[in-house]
Amino acid sequence: MSSKNHEHGAVGHIVPIKMLVGTCLALLVLTAVTVWVAKLDFVELRMHEMNILVAMGVAVIKCTIVGMIFMHLRWDRSFIGFVFVGSILFVAVFIGFALLDTSEYQPSIIPGDTPTIQQKLDALDTSMAAGAVSGDHGDAAH
Amino acid sequence: MTTINTQPLDRPAIEGDNYLTHSRGFLSWILTLDHKRIGVMYLVSVLACFLLGGLFALAVRTQLLVPDGLIMDQDQYNQAFTLHGGIMVFLVIIPGIPAALGNFVLPIMLGAKDVAFPRLNLFSYWLWIVGAIFLVVSIFAGLDTGWTFYTPYSIDQNSAMGGVIPAVTGAFLLGFASIFTGMNFIVTIHRLRPDGMTWFRMPLFLWSLYATAVIQVLATPVLGITLALLAVERAFGIGIFNPALGGDPVLFQHFFWFYSHPAVYIMILPAMGVVSELIAVHSHRHIFGYHFIAWSSIAIAIFSFLVWGHHMFTSGQSPLMNVIFSFITFSVAIPSAVKVFNWLATMYKGSISWNTAMLYGMGFIFLFLIGGLTGLYLGTLATDVYLHDTYFVVAHFHYTMMGSALIGFIGGLHHWWPKITGKMFNENAGRIAFFLFLIGYNMTFFTQFMLGSHGMPRRYATYPADAGFQNYNIISTIGSYLMAISFFMMAGYFIASIFGGKRAAANPWGGRSLEWQCSSPPPHDNFSEQPAVGDCYDFSVLRWDEATQGYVWREDVEHPGHHTEEAAHA
Repeated sequence: MSSKNHEHGAVGHIVPIKMLVGTCLALLVLTAVTVWVAKLDFVELRMHEMNILVAMGVAVIKCTIVGMIFMHLRWDRSFIGFVFVGSILFVAVFIGFALLDTSEYQPSIIPGDTPTIQQKLDALDTSMAAGAVSGDHGDAAH
Repeated sequence: MTTINTQPLDRPAIEGDNYLTHSRGFLSWILTLDHKRIGVMYLVSVLACFLLGGLFALAVRTQLLVPDGLIMDQDQYNQAFTLHGGIMVFLVIIPGIPAALGNFVLPIMLGAKDVAFPRLNLFSYWLWIVGAIFLVVSIFAGLDTGWTFYTPYSIDQNSAMGGVIPAVTGAFLLGFASIFTGMNFIVTIHRLRPDGMTWFRMPLFLWSLYATAVIQVLATPVLGITLALLAVERAFGIGIFNPALGGDPVLFQHFFWFYSHPAVYIMILPAMGVVSELIAVHSHRHIFGYHFIAWSSIAIAIFSFLVWGHHMFTSGQSPLMNVIFSFITFSVAIPSAVKVFNWLATMYKGSISWNTAMLYGMGFIFLFLIGGLTGLYLGTLATDVYLHDTYFVVAHFHYTMMGSALIGFIGGLHHWWPKITGKMFNENAGRIAFFLFLIGYNMTFFTQFMLGSHGMPRRYATYPADAGFQNYNIISTIGSYLMAISFFMMAGYFIASIFGGKRAAANPWGGRSLEWQCSSPPPHDNFSEQPAVGDCYDFSVLRWDEATQGYVWREDVEHPGHHTEEAAHA
């Protein structure tokens, strides 16, 4: 236990070099996964904008690995590790859900500055009305 | 460690030896590190804010007596409901139970002398005061964004809306005060529990304060950063939430509700903890389903972080997230219902004392049931789209925030009043005030369910004369006046008790948790030695003592403190 080592004035808990190297490799692989996921078009796969959630999931795993092994939480009281990972999870849920939503509603946003939106909506109404009369769908609506 | 009970249950209050008389002078109060005095200062401050917020509420209700509005123009009306909401949420309900009652009771329930960080506790109080001043000052600057500070209202430089930056600064500081209190409670519960008090031998009030503290520490920083971003955007025109500058107003709502939905549970979880104490103690029956109630507090704390989007169904939030948040929202009903069923089962075959505190406990269950069940309509996408921003929503959240959270606070105040002041209040006056409140409350808010379902939108200073809204509004306003009368009655008998009330016994209600083992009011150090811990819901060991007008330990039952004392001498 690291705490015992501290009590005797010795160095803290030493993580075996193999574990450190393994952790480093795992982090590199997960980084590659993040990059790969960023290039995938989930919408085309009919899976909504899942890039964010997958990326946040990978980030949580990476944070957990760093906290548990590099920061030695695995060898400390388990409650501290639980609090650390729990907090990271909440951050991931917050950012993941908020950004997933942002990317989901982007297509429904009418572009333009706020003052000009009403003009665009009026133009849309006019063209729709004209289209209804002539039976023709004008381009102005798009 | 030896545990000797040095504070027998029937120990009378010692004149001149309590936290109120331990030291004298103004400075001895404002610089105190005693958790009890800090709790009392919080209590007085919160009640003063409650009066202010209540006056704004009465102004809002009076305005709506007639269709064209009675006493205010539209801007003044906007300011009145903004300040009512801001004060009641940030200055009354959030700090009410944890900071006022919790500060007073938590360390004593643990048999400790104080919280883990007394200086941080005092700092938290003064930070709260500074934050409150900032928030109230915004009244004069014309704040009228609603308590939610929604963009683009709060970032529109061209509008007449002022006071956003002082109000946001106030809320920011209040958030820090809340975080410090939460941190203090978490550390205190972890580190200062007495020998023998395992996690599952703690009073349920402590479980609820612990769950609340977790939310305070995890969620409040998000509010802080959101409000800081808002202030920066408003002051320097940086595009974060303003679409004209490339920002996103819906993102503000995500940020805001990620804190403010858990904040709903910061308000109600401690009230649920209070109710667990009220129902068990005044029914004189062991709490039913202790583990379920304890775990349901933690479950509510966790779920509270996953449902914020149900406030945003009509904000432009994507259909995918609407479905996800609607689905998760219903999960909160499970731990809430677990609590209600366990409280009802606790009362079953109990020996119920119809004390005022118990009436508020039962009132909580009744009103929370209405508030919770009407929440199902709002969690359902199809009905929420119709009911959003109508008086139905106003009624729903008042049933949970006022009818539940505030009722819990008032119930707790009655329950611990003899412990805090050492005086008994007039029970009959308390019962009358309760029923007056209950009638007034339901007149005020039940009618608002009808108003909302008939289509009256919230936050409007006037309404059409031929829409059929006026009768409901009149009933609602009369109800609010009845409530005001009941609150003034309450203030009257509480103040009267301080000056002329009977002296309170150490244990006037028959509680078993440790705060009932020290005198009323408690000594400066609470306990001279660590008290013995037993089952805090086993009331069979107590009996009523006519001489002291309180509950004492039964002579034929061995006290756990005596047992450990003998063991220590053996």
